[in-house]
Amino acid sequence: MAGWIEAVIQGVLLGGLYALFAAGLSLMFGVMRLVNLAHGDLIVLAAFAILIVATKLGLDPFVAVLVAMPILFAVGFALQHVLLNRTLGRDLLPPLLVTFGLSIIIQNGLLQTFSADSQRLRSGVIETASIPLGGGIAVGVVPLLTLLSAITVIVLLNFIFYRTPIGRAFRATSDDLEVAQLMGVDHRRIFAAAMGLAFVVIAIAALYLGLRANFDPTIGPARLLYAFEAVIIGGLGSFWGTLAGGIVLGLAQTIGARIDPEWQILAGHLAFLAVLVVRPRGLFPRAQD
Amino acid sequence: MDDAPTKPAQSFRIETASGTSRIAASIAILIVLVLALLPVFAGRTLIQDFIFLFYMVALAQCWNLLAGYAGLISVGQQAFVGLGGYLLFALMLIGGLNPLLAIPLAGAISALFALPTALIVFRLSGAYFAIGTWVVAEVYRLVFAQVKPLGGGTGTSLTPSATSSVPGLEWVKALLDVRTPAARDIISYWVALALVVATLAAVYFILRSRRGLALGAIRDQESAASGLGVDIYRIKLAVYVATAAMTGMIGALIYLQKARISPDAAFSVLDWTAYVIFIVVIGGIGTMEGPVIGAIIFYLMQRYLADFGAWYLILLGTLGILIMLFAPRGLWGLILNWRDVTIFPIRRRLAIRAVDEKRA
Amino acid sequence: MPLLETRNLAAFYGDFQALYGIDTTLEKGETIAIIGANGAGKSTFLKSIAGLIHGAADSVLLDGVPIGARPAAEIVKLGIALVPEGRRLFPSLTVEENLLIGRYGRKAPGPWTLARVQALFPILRERRSSATPTLSGGQQQMVAIGRALMSNPRILLCDEISLGLAPIIIADIYAALPQIKAEGTSVVLVEQDIVQAMKVADRVYCFQEGRLSLTGHPRDLTRDQIHRAYFGT
Repeated sequence: MAGWIEAVIQGVLLGGLYALFAAGLSLMFGVMRLVNLAHGDLIVLAAFAILIVATKLGLDPFVAVLVAMPILFAVGFALQHVLLNRTLGRDLLPPLLVTFGLSIIIQNGLLQTFSADSQRLRSGVIETASIPLGGGIAVGVVPLLTLLSAITVIVLLNFIFYRTPIGRAFRATSDDLEVAQLMGVDHRRIFAAAMGLAFVVIAIAALYLGLRANFDPTIGPARLLYAFEAVIIGGLGSFWGTLAGGIVLGLAQTIGARIDPEWQILAGHLAFLAVLVVRPRGLFPRAQD
Repeated sequence: MDDAPTKPAQSFRIETASGTSRIAASIAILIVLVLALLPVFAGRTLIQDFIFLFYMVALAQCWNLLAGYAGLISVGQQAFVGLGGYLLFALMLIGGLNPLLAIPLAGAISALFALPTALIVFRLSGAYFAIGTWVVAEVYRLVFAQVKPLGGGTGTSLTPSATSSVPGLEWVKALLDVRTPAARDIISYWVALALVVATLAAVYFILRSRRGLALGAIRDQESAASGLGVDIYRIKLAVYVATAAMTGMIGALIYLQKARISPDAAFSVLDWTAYVIFIVVIGGIGTMEGPVIGAIIFYLMQRYLADFGAWYLILLGTLGILIMLFAPRGLWGLILNWRDVTIFPIRRRLAIRAVDEKRA
Repeated sequence: MPLLETRNLAAFYGDFQALYGIDTTLEKGETIAIIGANGAGKSTFLKSIAGLIHGAADSVLLDGVPIGARPAAEIVKLGIALVPEGRRLFPSLTVEENLLIGRYGRKAPGPWTLARVQALFPILRERRSSATPTLSGGQQQMVAIGRALMSNPRILLCDEISLGLAPIIIADIYAALPQIKAEGTSVVLVEQDIVQAMKVADRVYCFQEGRLSLTGHPRDLTRDQIHRAYFGT
């Protein structure tokens, strides 16, 4: 019995990580209808960036991520402004194929620069610390922090989207690009700002990715799939939905792993397909879209 | 009394063939004949290279039919390549079938798998559909990694008895004076040639049919096509299942020739999707000529640059992005801009001719 | 110098030419009406001024300054606001948020504050937290006009604000026009409802298949003239 309770708790905490992965994707799609096939690889890229900052400056990863965030915001802003803005339009193919190409470039660029070796973000004692809950069950501090960070990020994103002028601009641009321009919204800069913001979220996701487990240049695509599944399970258009979707996915994986460790990832995929069949719009979709 | 001048009677016909395409058809038949005779005077390496070229052209035509015509952008076709490969191994190793039977059967079974797959994945659209197909391919990979009789996670090889069960092996060995492995390659070569010709023919006839006209309409303006009564869902489903069957057969051939299969190789996104997409994009999406050109270019790049490993892939990715941004209709598109030429005559023209009154 | 002038304005949708050599002027404080049949190019004309369609730089002049090639987001900053055809409110924003975003690009000082706009159309305060799709057509039109006013424009472009609305609602909306004019805003009205347009306009332009077919003061134009200009011969 304790094993099952443990699996549920681990599932929820894992869901926090997946929600962090998914939040950036959700943001990109929410504002500019961009599905970024390089999303997972960007998380891995950010993890390497944090690693470099941490090792070169001798910083703890939690501090290194704060240093990396403004840099990554600028990178995201530039990427959107220079490259991705050119691909957005009525045709679906260009953004898909360009981000697919980007994915391959990032993976192989990282391979070339860092080799295929596994890496890890080291943070000392906190890595193995845990909080006992009684009954022999303990909760890791890092996984708990992941979930709390995910919740914080989602609260902040909701605040930005629903209580600030730029959030209104995000929503308006997503609704009707042409009329948003009539309001004086420069959509190219808005998209770039949204991408910059998404990169900040990606940085946070990368921090916890690197703290929780080993990472190497090739694990990007799998993270993209988890992020995507979390967004779809949760339902489009809602950040809280994305959190729910991440948790459902995390639960499916840990419960599947409890049945047979080799089935962990497959269980997650199957849960996603099941939701797709039964509730194609996701568990908590927004009214429109 | 004045006779009002009468307009000559007119006849209307839909034509697809053009002058260039008629010439191209004759040349094509010649090329196929030459290719069929290639094993007589070509070495083993060249044969293997051509097998690679043939199946990449075939895969590219299938992906192009899906994405360029039906608007279904899939990054999960590796599901059917791997499925076809595994079905071939299962049919040969467990079912004891000879490969020339197993290959079409693998295609048919792939189509059966494609049907429920489509019903699930069609609930998504656009870019989400793309990633959904990728998830499905991952499911196939993970499931096959659990199938112990076919090698599980590490995969398996075709047994010598299986590989020597290829029909016509002895005949080829005697006729061309080669040993068994080379003879197997030669037969694989002919099968690959037959498959690529069949794929080209199938795609060509689909696009020439009334369904093909509908596909063109869907590609250009889906909502308008829907308004005209085109049953979009059923057409897309039919195209998806048809390409799954063709892709499954191609996958079966690929793994017949490789004689060794593993889940990671059979369901590889890089080999069966990334490279295929690159081929279609560089050649020209939405045309039949494009994938052929793209495959030839890719083959040359693979041959001379693949040793550069990660740099080669970075180059491919960069090239793909540049083409998508600056020449979105690919190389064939650039050629078309320069001169309106068609090799595969699938575009329809309305030909109006005045009919001689005496014959009317 | 007129406040707004178009000179030889042409507009294309791809290869299709929708406007041919349109010459118009708008004086400060004027209200001009653009009438014409469907497809005559009236909306295209407004979109060209608003920057949604780009043309030659000197085909549109604001205070003598060429603005014909500037993008829409810049044009609104210069003080030209468009109430687009079909309202086109933002469904993800509430009524109040729709109004507030009107001030996003141009935060110019002026009489039109949120409170003032809500006073002009009281329903905007009543339903300020509502989602816009739940409003009636007339109410949505009021939001659209209010949204454009929030940027305190010097020129207000209105594209068929009476479209699809019952006569009594149209009258309500047009009742707001005098207050807008009183604040000194110049107005360009594109209208299918000729009667309503002629009542409020100082001058009229009639479009026919992308060209100007008639211009003049409403009181100087006969029904016959208008009929011919509207439908062509």
